[in-house]
Amino acid sequence: MENLKTELKHKIIEVLNLEDVSVEEVKDTDPLFGGGLGLDSIDALELIVLLDKDYGIKLADPKKGKEIFQSIDTMAAFIEENRTK
Amino acid sequence: MSRKIAITGMGIISSIGNNVEENFISLKSGKHGISDIEMFETRHAGSIKTGEIKWSNEELIQQLQLPEDNNVTRTSLLGMMAAREAVKSAEISDINEYKTGLISSTSVAGMDITERYFYSYEDFPEKQKYIDAHDAGNSSLAIADYLGLKGMVSTISTACSSAANAIMMGAKLIKNGVLDRVIVGGTDSLSKFTLNGFNTLMILTDSYNTPFDNDRKGLNLGEAAAFIVLESDEVVKKENKKVLAYLSGYGNANDAHHQTASSENGQGAFLAMQQALKISGLEKESIDYINVHGTATPNNDLSEGIAMIRIFGEGQVPEFSSTKAFTGHTLAAAAGIEAVFSILAMQHSVIFPNLNFKTKMQEFDLVPVTELKEKNINHVLSNSFGFGGNCSTLIFSKS
Amino acid sequence: MSAVYINSASCISVQDTLKENFLLDLKADQSVQILKAVDPNYKEFIPPAMIRRMSKTVKMSSVASSYALKEAGIEKPDAIIVGTGMGCSQDSEKFLKNVIDNKEEFLTPTFFIQSTHNTVAGQIALGIQCHAYNFTYVNTSSSLEFSFLDAKLQIIDGEAENILVGAADEQTGRTMDLYRLHHIIKKEEDLPADYLHSETDGVIWGEGASFFVLGKDKTENSYAKVRDIQIINRLDLEEAPSFITDFLTRNDLKHEDIDAVILGFSGDATSDAYYTKGMDAFKNSALLYYKHLSGEFNTASGFSTFMACHILKEQQIPDIMMINSEKKTEVKNILLYNHLAGNDHSLMLLERA
Repeated sequence: MENLKTELKHKIIEVLNLEDVSVEEVKDTDPLFGGGLGLDSIDALELIVLLDKDYGIKLADPKKGKEIFQSIDTMAAFIEENRTK
Repeated sequence: MSRKIAITGMGIISSIGNNVEENFISLKSGKHGISDIEMFETRHAGSIKTGEIKWSNEELIQQLQLPEDNNVTRTSLLGMMAAREAVKSAEISDINEYKTGLISSTSVAGMDITERYFYSYEDFPEKQKYIDAHDAGNSSLAIADYLGLKGMVSTISTACSSAANAIMMGAKLIKNGVLDRVIVGGTDSLSKFTLNGFNTLMILTDSYNTPFDNDRKGLNLGEAAAFIVLESDEVVKKENKKVLAYLSGYGNANDAHHQTASSENGQGAFLAMQQALKISGLEKESIDYINVHGTATPNNDLSEGIAMIRIFGEGQVPEFSSTKAFTGHTLAAAAGIEAVFSILAMQHSVIFPNLNFKTKMQEFDLVPVTELKEKNINHVLSNSFGFGGNCSTLIFSKS
Repeated sequence: MSAVYINSASCISVQDTLKENFLLDLKADQSVQILKAVDPNYKEFIPPAMIRRMSKTVKMSSVASSYALKEAGIEKPDAIIVGTGMGCSQDSEKFLKNVIDNKEEFLTPTFFIQSTHNTVAGQIALGIQCHAYNFTYVNTSSSLEFSFLDAKLQIIDGEAENILVGAADEQTGRTMDLYRLHHIIKKEEDLPADYLHSETDGVIWGEGASFFVLGKDKTENSYAKVRDIQIINRLDLEEAPSFITDFLTRNDLKHEDIDAVILGFSGDATSDAYYTKGMDAFKNSALLYYKHLSGEFNTASGFSTFMACHILKEQQIPDIMMINSEKKTEVKNILLYNHLAGNDHSLMLLERA
């Protein structure tokens, strides 16, 4: 699970183009949205595609993203449970 | 000085008809144009429906009798069809007789061709002529060339409010005496680029769009072109022109909330409608019908509904319908085709139905007109709201 | 009838036009096919959360518009009008590449959203929370002039007092490749380019952003007055002189009344003929060119308009822009004439404020 969390941090930084943010700065329990990273609804759509492309999880309802993307912890837990890749 | 601008001609091509008459017949008979994608290749064919015009580019080229070595893209082809009809309907014989202009609008521009050859032009020398035809400005120059027009030509691109803005700017040029007449509107073809772009935003429905319905899932894209001809009072008088309707009000404002989503209280929409009413000098009670933007996305219809209530008052919103269940959302052309539909509504004293509606939205008490309704209509308000928070409203009045 | 003043002017271009005293440092490079704009340190002006999504067009416009608003002392203009030829083509290309490479799967929205032509105007409005009138013109060559016209009409009609107007375009790798392929860009063997007496077709492509605040009232900082604008889609070569004469006549002016003419010579022999023909009647005017400094692109006249503003304010014409050697003791007005490859011709008449 720890590997997955670190992997997620790398991917999020890359996919969302967060140039000035390092992996160490992203804490597992920090809120991803509404927190220091300044992510918005367009970023949520990007993360939904990430779930599909890298982990084979298709999310039909974008609104579900709100719960899943609360933090690195919640994201990792969701992926562990639902991944097909 | 009268603030109304005379509309003396109109032309349209959409998935529900190839000209004004055919579009009207479809609207009257409830016949929509949403279908499976046939005219271009995409993995989404069969799952995403659109308001597709069932003419190939080659067929359009033939209809327009263009020379073989042309480099005209689909957006321009559709634009030429509609502009040709508009000019004819305005009974213009010599297009350069007066100071005439063309203000078109587009978001797709030449993308239908570009996306096919962008990375492989080197292998297709005979297609390289389309490199010049990619940009938006080129499509308007092509349409102007087709009409034989030599004058002021401009192109607006503000996403889904584009054609409304073109119409607005045309009106200003006439009001200020810069032009005697101007052909205004917009055109957009379907393209893989746009289809996929909207799909990534997760605002497309996998079925038929249901504007203002509580269970709405999103929009159907469409393609279309429409132009109306605006002429100054002097030219109308001198040429004894028949006036189809008047453009009596307009307004543009910016939501300044988010790049693609509208604000919760519909501030941009509210300001645009408020401005249009102000310019028209009309009391809000004078509006007989609203052709709403009504794309059937969860966000737009909620935001637009709230804005309408803020303008007109709870329980006092005029009768309204979205015609996007007929044609799909035709992006830059939307306000253009809806201008034509608004004028038809007034000419024939009829409100076109908001198809596919089943359940009222829970947030407020707004129910669109769902069956064709006969009604004397003196003033129509038409909304068009685009990405980048661009909100535009037009008001048309009976002639 | 109220006059319309240009009360601030800002430009990001191939020259380092953001810095003070840039007029002393103008350099022309006529030996490359493509010229890149000088980037400021964008991070200084734009927060990281926003900058990560922005293409060059948006970044350049963000900075240039900030400068223009600041210089004019305006926080929220009464309208925002932007011109562009190709829009945010970097993002457009990136999205298209993804669509093709991934066969329409696993696509993400950011590049698509950023690729819409009105992203610049939308972002500026978002940044300063401006709910006012917001338009984007995408003409082939006259976007800035048309934006100026729109602004002028609004100010004269009393609909607005201060309007932010600008134009921007960026280059992208693949589009430059295609322009080379299609000979829009000059062939390498035809370089260095001779802008004034070119015998070959093709241009050197540039990029940049120029922003201005137009106002109803003259200020201490005013650069110029916008007197008149004319735009036409097509001209036969022989019609170029009368296009100009008619414009001057309607403004009660003759050729000898014009102190300086800025022409859009681009090094493309075929279409430069319009300028050669057009400038013929100006026997007593200073004749200037500028695309050797800015490169050619859809909104290159932003650069010439910016330069015209400085010339009128400082009453000095940089030698590097001179075509002839007509020295003027006073520059009361400037006529600007531009087109792109013979399409979309525009004339703009500016006067000393």
